[in-house]
Amino acid sequence: MSFLEYAPAPESTGILSLRENYGHFIGGEFVDGSGESFASISPSTEKHIATFAAGTEEDVNRAVIAARKAYDGVWSKLSGADRAKYLFRIARIIQERARELAVAETLDNGKPIKETRDADIPLAAAWFFYYAGWADKLDYAGMGANPRALGVAGQIIPWNFPLLMLAWKIAPALAAGNTVVLKPAETTPLTAMIFAEICQQADLPAGVVNIVTGAGATGRAIVEHADINKIAFTGSTAVGRGIARTIAGTGKKVTLELGGKGANIVFDDAPLDQAVEGIISGIFFNQGQVCCAGSRLLVQENIHDEVVDRLKTRLGTLRLGDPLDKNTDIGAINSKVQLERITALVAKGEAEGGERWSAACEIPEKGFWFPPTLFTGVQTSNTVARDEIFGPVLSILTFRTPAEAIAKANNTPYGLSAGIWSDKGSRILAVADKLRAGVIWANTFNKFDPASPFGGYKESGFGREGGIQGLSAYLEGGVR
Amino acid sequence: MSRLAVPKTYKLFIGGKFPRSESGRVYEILSTKGDFVANAALASRKDLRDCVVAARSALSGWSGATAYNRGQVLYRIAEVLEGRRAQFIEEIVSVEGATAAAAAKQVDDAIDLWVWYAGWADKYAQVAGNANPVSGPYFNLSVPEPTGVVAVIAPQSSGSLLGLVSVIAPVLAGGNTVVAVPRCDAPLTAISFAEVLATSDVPSGVVNIITGKPAELAPWFASHADVNALDLAGAGDLDWVDLQIAAAETLMRVLPPVEGVPVASLSRLTAFTETKTVWHTKSLI
Repeated sequence: MSFLEYAPAPESTGILSLRENYGHFIGGEFVDGSGESFASISPSTEKHIATFAAGTEEDVNRAVIAARKAYDGVWSKLSGADRAKYLFRIARIIQERARELAVAETLDNGKPIKETRDADIPLAAAWFFYYAGWADKLDYAGMGANPRALGVAGQIIPWNFPLLMLAWKIAPALAAGNTVVLKPAETTPLTAMIFAEICQQADLPAGVVNIVTGAGATGRAIVEHADINKIAFTGSTAVGRGIARTIAGTGKKVTLELGGKGANIVFDDAPLDQAVEGIISGIFFNQGQVCCAGSRLLVQENIHDEVVDRLKTRLGTLRLGDPLDKNTDIGAINSKVQLERITALVAKGEAEGGERWSAACEIPEKGFWFPPTLFTGVQTSNTVARDEIFGPVLSILTFRTPAEAIAKANNTPYGLSAGIWSDKGSRILAVADKLRAGVIWANTFNKFDPASPFGGYKESGFGREGGIQGLSAYLEGGVR
Repeated sequence: MSRLAVPKTYKLFIGGKFPRSESGRVYEILSTKGDFVANAALASRKDLRDCVVAARSALSGWSGATAYNRGQVLYRIAEVLEGRRAQFIEEIVSVEGATAAAAAKQVDDAIDLWVWYAGWADKYAQVAGNANPVSGPYFNLSVPEPTGVVAVIAPQSSGSLLGLVSVIAPVLAGGNTVVAVPRCDAPLTAISFAEVLATSDVPSGVVNIITGKPAELAPWFASHADVNALDLAGAGDLDWVDLQIAAAETLMRVLPPVEGVPVASLSRLTAFTETKTVWHTKSLI
């Protein structure tokens, strides 16, 4: 029972015109795969959406050949201004088809429609629009005059922001003059295939964008392919390590966006109303399946009880349910595997002495769901304070002094994101200086923008996506 | 010459002190003519680990110093090196077999390199960082920050002083601390150079130098969880791909080997930095 009753307001799936079977998108056309196929299901209903091809080494090779041909024959010879025009076209078509993409993303991923509608899809369009303008201005990318594209980029993206991660990868790569072979995650390939249609509508030259669907084996084939010049990967630190090993000695450029265990630090002078909202969006946005989630709350000891009470009250008002419903705040967990992982880590958190509280949500019978959950009484050595859960689970720790907050925040092999909540600007800036994290949000959290670089320190990976830094990740040379 | 010379004992440089190797090991350094010049300390894994501890403890002070201060310290290195120019020329001639003119050029180039990188200390953040025009009421700034503790293998067949300076100067200019393995067969200039560092206001532990065998030491760097970056500039003759594979375990930043002396460049400096982006809300007024 929610605190207010709303009538259901589901977004219609009638806007979609899906195929029953999707192959790969290679050389500008949809082609059959040479291997097996797999189904993508909707995580909120477990209903079948469509069938996709599991990319084989042969499929990946075809895609790389198409990308190389397009690079040598067309894309590298095109003027920057013309590359820009193609990217602007793509940005516009994403905007035109935004509703369709939002519904498809929600269906395939399980995240609430209000997120895909207001964040994922508009940001994906913005990413193409931002990088489009760079394509004819590469001399200003900070690498000196006449920087060169790298060639063919192999890109592997996760399931948590399927189309947005595609945009983060493809937009800068194309703007810099590369061609790409991209693999979407095996649980969320749908919007990548709609994007392939968008490439066709934009009349993008064949082979500039190639999309090969599949799971880990397909990704490995991309990473190991000898004719790929750049690997860009977003995903787990474990897989990122494997990629770093594989590409050792090959001279391939690499960008790795890996895991995180972001600290969200709340000082006792913080504007608490905003802080509570920020803590909640920091960890419950996209069901916490966000690499930069603020999954460790560090709250100053004297306001701990008040903050926890407010969080419980606020979490009690969140609506968990049909992701296509416009009033839904908490959608489904992306897959059974992920739900099992979250469940196991939460059980471990309880076993290690953390005090668990979960919002009293009605859990639908079908699909993969986990209620918003808090852990209090967490020690820094506890699993829930150390391991990335990638789910709607917040671990709450306390501190007394800024120095203690900084030490605890940095006490992790990760270094992707952090948050600071305080009314005192000088303290925010001093603490921000000391945090070893690539993105720091002060009195806000989980904000993304194509102009703003994103990426981690330490085991959260290397390289940046977004901004001028994200562009230079796809360039080399240049005369300064 | 009738006077009996007083030869120097060459030791390691760790945490601002000059200890012998804890292993008690030394190796002979000969002149190009085959004459005995000195026994250099043959550093061990334990020495290396001590260096990393020293470099880690020195990091917050050095990275937290003002950029102007770091620039002045690096410039001071150039000043002190200039004052000991003759000594370095003599050592280079003796051990590398270089002509006096070539040795003088090497020392001059090394001095000039310090001056060049010293000037970057308070400028690179302006070139590599930027304000970002995000779509919303936020102040958004990206700044490069030091990566942390950097291990470097200096060039093994180029000028022993210039090669070392080329790899440690950019690391220091970025605000990192460093553990360096100098050229194995000509390590004496490196230890004499440590004396320059020790008298140039460089805080203890910011630079640590251990003489010894790169093939023995480098794997311990690559697998050390408290080393943030590894510059393999002089590791071309080692199994450096294996080192890069080992370094992947902690996602250590790795720079591959280069031929000869690395060219002075801003990209060599920024290779040891991490971009931090801070979003700060703007209030509605």
